[in-house]
Amino acid sequence: MSYLYYPGCSLTSSAREYDLATRAVMAAAGVNLTEIDDWTCCGASAAAPISHLLSLSLSARNLALAEQTASDGQVLVPCSACYLNLKKAHDALRNDAESRATINDALEAVNLKATGSVRVRHLLDVLAVDLGERHLAPLVTRSLSGLTVAPYYGCQCLRPYPEFDDPERPVSMEPLIEATGAAVHPWEMGARCCGASLVSTQPEVGLERVFAILKAAKGADLIVTVCPMCQMNLDAWQARASRMAGEKLSITVLYLPQLLGLAMGLASHELGLDLNLAVLGDFREKITHL
Amino acid sequence: MNPQSVTTLPTAEESSESLDPIRAMVSACIQCGTCTGSCPNALEMDLTPRKMWRLVILGRLSAVMESKTFILCSDCYTCTLRCPRGLPLTEAMEALKGIAFARKEARHRGSRLFYEKFMETVRRHGRIREMEFMTRYFIAMKSPVAPFRFAPLGLKLMGKGKVELGGGKSGDTPLGALFEKVADLERTPAATFRKEGHQ
Ligand code: SF4
Ligand code: SF4
Repeated sequence: MSYLYYPGCSLTSSAREYDLATRAVMAAAGVNLTEIDDWTCCGASAAAPISHLLSLSLSARNLALAEQTASDGQVLVPCSACYLNLKKAHDALRNDAESRATINDALEAVNLKATGSVRVRHLLDVLAVDLGERHLAPLVTRSLSGLTVAPYYGCQCLRPYPEFDDPERPVSMEPLIEATGAAVHPWEMGARCCGASLVSTQPEVGLERVFAILKAAKGADLIVTVCPMCQMNLDAWQARASRMAGEKLSITVLYLPQLLGLAMGLASHELGLDLNLAVLGDFREKITHL
Repeated sequence: MNPQSVTTLPTAEESSESLDPIRAMVSACIQCGTCTGSCPNALEMDLTPRKMWRLVILGRLSAVMESKTFILCSDCYTCTLRCPRGLPLTEAMEALKGIAFARKEARHRGSRLFYEKFMETVRRHGRIREMEFMTRYFIAMKSPVAPFRFAPLGLKLMGKGKVELGGGKSGDTPLGALFEKVADLERTPAATFRKEGHQ
């Protein structure tokens, strides 16, 4: 199995551990990743309100570069916001001749051309569908039995494109968590919004979303995420959300490939565990005794 | 909730032309309220999404711009997924942000600067440098308290070596040419785009 790899900006800075863990788990599963050369920002959620065409063109630039490397390739994207932007550009290039023409007019300025021939895949899609428990379970060398994991999916890997899971009641992480030996925390918050950029721009509203999720995760040993924005909202803002709620809400938050990597016996430095902002002492304790 | 009536017809002096594309997106709304019931942020909004769409259809531009509703949309796509008419509601919220930013509405200044400074960093470097972007944002905000909101997080990230301090190993591909070409194309009115996916 091989994929073109689009890390996106967050994975080079605030979410470096997501990048490390993704690469480490894929390598351990025998999957080959080729990083798209000279990739640039997808525009995040900031480009679209300023210009719809700019947003599509920024993403299409990356798809054009991917096509140059492998015209029938698949682009693996770990960040949900990047995933949705690339997917929208792919959709416009594939399914709308007029948009395709305008986007390519724009790309002419940087000497590129995109057709939409490469497929855009979220990391969770690849982990759950292409690899699945059948490929991952045999790689588990250290059972995480005794841990309870709350799977947090967030929004943009599920909606508006329901590619690989139920966009209202997602379940794709469950077999993967169970393959590690851990139990799944039963909750209804897996697909509820984390507040996204509101946590930065309108904190009094955004932190309410964070608080509701952390509260519902009580009883679990950790939350796993598949998006740097969700991760940052749930780990970096825990203290503020707790203060606002007048209730202690600390919980360990890992990226899904970090959890899988632990079960596959990968070392914590390979998974960037020391870079996480919320790994509690009792969690560390638990995993060292597994 | 804002008690203002949503059934008043638009006043003659208000030109609502900029709302037209968004009006077209939501014109099939049947006012069922599914969007409001689905929205995680509806309780904090001054107008519910359903009422907002009604005002958009009526062309009440100033009433729409006075609201914080679209600024409080966190792009979760739940309303888009559930709307029984299949309307591209998240994209319509995004477009309303765009109108407010273009009008430089004073009440949405903080959010506008956040988006603009973000895009400025992308234009200069091709990738986001979190520290540079946050610094530009706070300078533009001219708010003495804004940096303190970010400081604890900024220090945490720096302590973990998670902040780019410039000149690092990450690429630097200025995108000025692409930004300018897009701006040129947008000055010619032909461009229309397919709306967000419903499959
Ligand atoms: S869910 Fe759709 S049809 Fe119903 S009120 Fe909202 S926009 Fe209108
Ligand atoms: S996309 Fe925006 S308006 Fe729609 S439900 Fe989510 S936050 Fe509310």
